[in-house]
Amino acid sequence: MSGKLSVRNVAIAVLLLALVLLPVYVELGGSRFLLTLFTRILILAMAAVSLNLILGYGGMMSFGHAAYLGIGGYAVGMLAHEGVFSGFVQWPVALFASALFALVIGALSLRTRGVYFIMITLAFAQMAYYIVAGLARYGGDDGLTIYKRSQFISPINLSNKVQFYYICLAVLIGSIYLVWRIVNSRFGLTIQGARSNDTRMRAIGFPTYRYKLVCFVIAGTMCGLAGALLANHTDFVSPATMYWTRSGDLIIMVVLGGMGSAFGPFFGAVALLVLEEVLSGITEYWQIILGPLLLLVVLFARGGIDGLLGKVRHRVSHG
Amino acid sequence: MADLLRVDTLTKRFGGIVATDDLVFNIAEGELHAVIGPNGAGKTTLIAQLSGQLPPDSGRIHFAGSDITAIPMYARSALGLARSFQITSLFLDLSVLDNVALAVQAHAGHSFHFWRNARREAELRDPARVALARVGLGARADLPASALSHGEHRQLELAMALASSPRMLLLDEPMAGLGPEESARMVATLRELKKELTILLVEHDMEAVFALADRITVLVYGRVIATGKPEDIRNNAQVRDAYLGEQEAAHG
Amino acid sequence: MTLFIEQCLNGLQFGLLLFLLAAGLTLVFGIMDLVNLAHGSLYMMGAYFAATFVAWTGNFVFGVVLALGATLLVGMAVEVIAMRRLYGRDHLDHVLGTFGLILFFDELVRLIWGPEGLTLPLPSWLNTSIQILPGVDYSAYKLSIIVVTLAVAAFLYVLVMRTRIGMLIRAGASNREMVGALGVNIKLLYTLVFGLGAALAGLAGLMQAPILTVQVGMGENILILAFVITVIGGIGSIRGALVAAIFVGFIDTLGRAFFPDLLRMAFTKEVAATAAPALSSMLIYLLMAIVLVVKPEGLFAASDK
Repeated sequence: MSGKLSVRNVAIAVLLLALVLLPVYVELGGSRFLLTLFTRILILAMAAVSLNLILGYGGMMSFGHAAYLGIGGYAVGMLAHEGVFSGFVQWPVALFASALFALVIGALSLRTRGVYFIMITLAFAQMAYYIVAGLARYGGDDGLTIYKRSQFISPINLSNKVQFYYICLAVLIGSIYLVWRIVNSRFGLTIQGARSNDTRMRAIGFPTYRYKLVCFVIAGTMCGLAGALLANHTDFVSPATMYWTRSGDLIIMVVLGGMGSAFGPFFGAVALLVLEEVLSGITEYWQIILGPLLLLVVLFARGGIDGLLGKVRHRVSHG
Repeated sequence: MADLLRVDTLTKRFGGIVATDDLVFNIAEGELHAVIGPNGAGKTTLIAQLSGQLPPDSGRIHFAGSDITAIPMYARSALGLARSFQITSLFLDLSVLDNVALAVQAHAGHSFHFWRNARREAELRDPARVALARVGLGARADLPASALSHGEHRQLELAMALASSPRMLLLDEPMAGLGPEESARMVATLRELKKELTILLVEHDMEAVFALADRITVLVYGRVIATGKPEDIRNNAQVRDAYLGEQEAAHG
Repeated sequence: MTLFIEQCLNGLQFGLLLFLLAAGLTLVFGIMDLVNLAHGSLYMMGAYFAATFVAWTGNFVFGVVLALGATLLVGMAVEVIAMRRLYGRDHLDHVLGTFGLILFFDELVRLIWGPEGLTLPLPSWLNTSIQILPGVDYSAYKLSIIVVTLAVAAFLYVLVMRTRIGMLIRAGASNREMVGALGVNIKLLYTLVFGLGAALAGLAGLMQAPILTVQVGMGENILILAFVITVIGGIGSIRGALVAAIFVGFIDTLGRAFFPDLLRMAFTKEVAATAAPALSSMLIYLLMAIVLVVKPEGLFAASDK
């Protein structure tokens, strides 16, 4: 992160400040809906940040990342359905299940490269979708309502919307920090080297497969936590969360925000979800605009928002 | 001087083609030994077998007294045998220093460290800077590798091979694609390195070979047809007929 | 026993339909190195066009032919407008760009035809059963699907193996620069290949239309299966796609039909009822996982990819 006062860093600071102050604004008469919207944005931003670890830094194009949102969510939902409401049980199970799924899927998928890898991860995520949709006991296709949010010891109360918002914000910041530390560590440089030139990495002595697998598991686990949060947020969980097009949404967030930094996906999530809200207010058929817009971003603004901010800085300091 | 590398009746076939034919040769510690030969002589195949990229069909390779024939590629660099590549293969989107530091990191234990900033680890960055300085790229350390010229890429290749603190370097055509100025620089660098390392140099650039080599081995169709001091090789009639004649005609 | 034969035929029919879809996908990837997620959208367009044109013209065959033509045109238009700019780029760019196209097409269809979906009724002469074996009746329409797709498969074989264009296609798969250097109009070749892929997808869509409902999102559901088949068969290999598709068609259909019964024999009714649908869906992915473990490049990996 270069230059303390760069446009990009200022943008991040402003955004963070705005997010911290949002509940205050809502309390002072702003729309309650904003709180709900932004809680959702925070959770999905966390999912996108976890995806960026393997996608942006690791070069592993997983098209099945939304599966972990579902796995984490269903861990909470299923346990709640069986009468286990303690977050101290639900959340570790969510993390463990996600990690296990990532381990198995990753071990198989990482044997392939490029477009095969894309297709495999997509297919495995769909498998998870179908399995869950077939579980009649837990709602099947219709989904499962969660009547009581994860219980922790008081004063923590997830049903308190403001408290829940700040918890999500804290977890998000924590994840971004964690990802940032990981990518700059020896492990992170190994992953980045493997993305840059896997053959060379193996030639100089790195057994890249195991590093990529561990990275895959970390990302999946992180997203599982996001899934647990999401289930609490919506008080509901359904297979639709895991449908492969939702994985596509996550990828869009990452690319739109910028894959080169830990913060990028955060911008992407905010941008995409706010854009969705705004556009759907204009027309019911807003995806007709989003679709081609995405294509244009891919063709002309590949660095995403992060990249654009970086360019602004460049122009400013050389202007 | 004891032999650091001993190659014992090495053979490699690709279908009907014998790329390495019962090859026998030795490299003494501290010498710069050049391997020359016409295209198709099996030079790159030889390096591939020495570095562990290709397994030989028969024969043995001894390095520093041990038989390394069965040892896999990534383990050979741990033993002190490093190699540069004929076709540049770098981490173009990382910085020059990052490239070399990764080569250092590969031999600094496992990399399952998740917290410390690896770019601040002196254990990794210092040897990397030293290697870069030795090849003359010290000033370019913080640039992205993609910003370097082709000649500088060859230098970076060399730096990465050096980063593992090898005892012996296998250099596969380090001059490939270099202009006269860059070649001269590379020759100067190699002359410096010669003082501390044993080097096996595969090259087509005859000026460089004769300027640097302590001994030369001539390879034709996977076989050694002559080994000896540069003057002896230059005057060897067999070698002339098979190879040097064409070369001199080509270089005018 | 009749049920078994019927299900086998269903499996064959489904498999052959999947082959049409997978063939287009693998062809485009093999020749142009393009990952096209919007392939399913072309499948959907074929179905929607067919339902619409048949309703307009009142004639099944005529409507279907029009639909095929329309899908071909849409495919070529997409190639010229969007795909061209993606060639040579990272696969991630392909995935994102074509994903954007999926969103676009889904919404466009919803805009033009509404969210409810359409139906495509069969004309009376197809809506009968034929006795293929003593005591075994099978839908005439499904039989015609089998016949048509086999004919298309044969056509593809002849096209790719025996014609000059096919030679160019195969050459393109192995060496793009050479084909360009030969003076062949690469741009035109690519447009035609993409168009062919679109036509295959559209054909699959319109043939499937009378059997399943025509609705938004139908492409996404079946695209996954096409991907799985491409992986199992090996990217770039039409032969691989055929074998894998038939195999997958059988496993999926027979699995769904008989697996619940098998489970019921071994476990309690409740367990079987719960697990069966989930496990049946899983079978294909299990198959893919096995292939991946044994032969990561696919069973019939074509070129050096």
